Amino acid sequence: MIEQRPVAAWFSHTVLILGVVVVAFPIWITFVGASHDAIRMTQVPLPLLPGDQFFINLKAAFVDGVGNAKEQSVGIMMFNSLIMALMIAVGKIAISLLSAFAIVYFRFPFRMMFFWMIFITLMLPVEVRILPTFEVVANFGMLNNYWGLTVPLIASATATFMFRQVFLTVPDELLEAARIDGAGPMRFFKDILLPVSRTNIAALFVILFIYGWNQYLWPLLITTDKSMYTIVMGIKQMLEAAEEAPEWHLIMMTTLLAMIPPVLVVIGMQKLFIKGLTETEK
Amino acid sequence: MIKRTHFKPSLLPYLLVAPQIIITVAFFIWPASQAVYQSMLLEDPFGLKSELIWFENYALLFSDEIYFSTFLRTVVFSSLVAFLSLSIALLLAATADHVVRGTRTYRTLLIWPYAVAPVVAGTIWMFIFDPTLGIVSYFLHGIGYEWNHRLNGNQAMALIVLAATWKQISYNFLFFLAGMQAIPKSLIEAAAIDGAGPARRFWTIIFPLISPTTFFLMVMNIVYAFFETFGIVHAVTKGGPAKATEILVYKVFNDGFIGLDLGGSAAQSVILMLIVITLTVIQFRYIERKVEY
Repeated sequence: MIEQRPVAAWFSHTVLILGVVVVAFPIWITFVGASHDAIRMTQVPLPLLPGDQFFINLKAAFVDGVGNAKEQSVGIMMFNSLIMALMIAVGKIAISLLSAFAIVYFRFPFRMMFFWMIFITLMLPVEVRILPTFEVVANFGMLNNYWGLTVPLIASATATFMFRQVFLTVPDELLEAARIDGAGPMRFFKDILLPVSRTNIAALFVILFIYGWNQYLWPLLITTDKSMYTIVMGIKQMLEAAEEAPEWHLIMMTTLLAMIPPVLVVIGMQKLFIKGLTETEK
Repeated sequence: MIKRTHFKPSLLPYLLVAPQIIITVAFFIWPASQAVYQSMLLEDPFGLKSELIWFENYALLFSDEIYFSTFLRTVVFSSLVAFLSLSIALLLAATADHVVRGTRTYRTLLIWPYAVAPVVAGTIWMFIFDPTLGIVSYFLHGIGYEWNHRLNGNQAMALIVLAATWKQISYNFLFFLAGMQAIPKSLIEAAAIDGAGPARRFWTIIFPLISPTTFFLMVMNIVYAFFETFGIVHAVTKGGPAKATEILVYKVFNDGFIGLDLGGSAAQSVILMLIVITLTVIQFRYIERKVEY
């Protein structure tokens, strides 16, 4: 502590508590909305305190389904989101580890060309090239399946860059020692490089999981089959289907379910999350 | 850069880079070059025939008043989002850094909106401000202010700025706090001994020292507001009312997939790519210079 200044301390805590309240307010409203029945959700003013319908709505979302025809189970949408998030995270980490290993530890013709080819993908998000990418995916027959949902989003250099940075800090002595012991490149990769970069892998996994779970525009274009909807785009379909009289209690329940997994990941793995965020983006 | 000790050339490195190169070429370089090519074509909506018209699509865009106003609107939207989320996050980070106890608790309570998808954030704010049902619009009505973002373009803009800002505060907060905690405590203590109060210390020591973070965040926030806010706009306003909230990335989607103006949409894509590349280059040049600090 530097000095005693009660006024400054009070001011700081007041600002922070206000900030926390403002940040949390929308989530509170979502939770309240998810815990009332359909009739209460059409009466003005809407409640500010939770009701007793939470588990009934939860059952409705999972068992009866949501949306116009009540045929979409939130469970299936969450499952699709989970598969998509996992495939993007695992896929991106796998291909990036391999290519970063090749670029850092091998000297071969066209090394720099490959490096620049990966580099240019660094910051261009999928949004700016949606139409032609959509055409490529359609030509490969990858619409309405998990490959089409994930593979195009794996093409990005951020992870390769991060692993390159990590590998460059690995002491040269490790490789020399491994060589003296007679280890080949893949043995060195598996037994030394992977173990020393495991916290970086975990941190990146957290970031990519959230990135994959929250994808919106891409699944919106790629999936027309309801069984392939992810939960984030499912919410939008629900809003659209019920333009006249939205079933806000079910929409809020779905919204709540859509944000619980990534929020739990951020809060539960806060250290890895912060490490991942500050290392991949800088 | 390459390691001083490395492996002998063989087929192996090619196999190692192959997966990433194949995916990058198929889903990135090829589509991006297609976008450039398409942006020089005039195609009929059914894709039956097309004609090479070189830069006419661009010329059309640059002389198009609607495109110009969309561009301007995007700049206004991005600046508002960047300015608001940066200043709120800076205030929260400075106070969280200042308090003696509870910094970690506050951090936990402030960072999780990062995990909320933009479209989810949009849906929630839309619900809160729903003209007939929303809780905030009800209170606004109570004090005599009519809220209807479906009819009033400025209110619609305010709503998407609010949703986008809310989501971005946690990201900025995290980077600001990390930057402030990296400042050596001895500097702050020396200033305190010299009699500088908390506000003075912030403006003369902390704020200048975190300027690299601030600059980095400014670029990242502009990129965020330009591209990642698509979900918010699509869920909350669909660009309306009367295009009052149509930003560039939404117009690319709308002209391409809904309006089927393939050439025009591709030309817009290329312009967006150039904007991102420019921002990336600025970012990288800056990071190189930062080493001198």
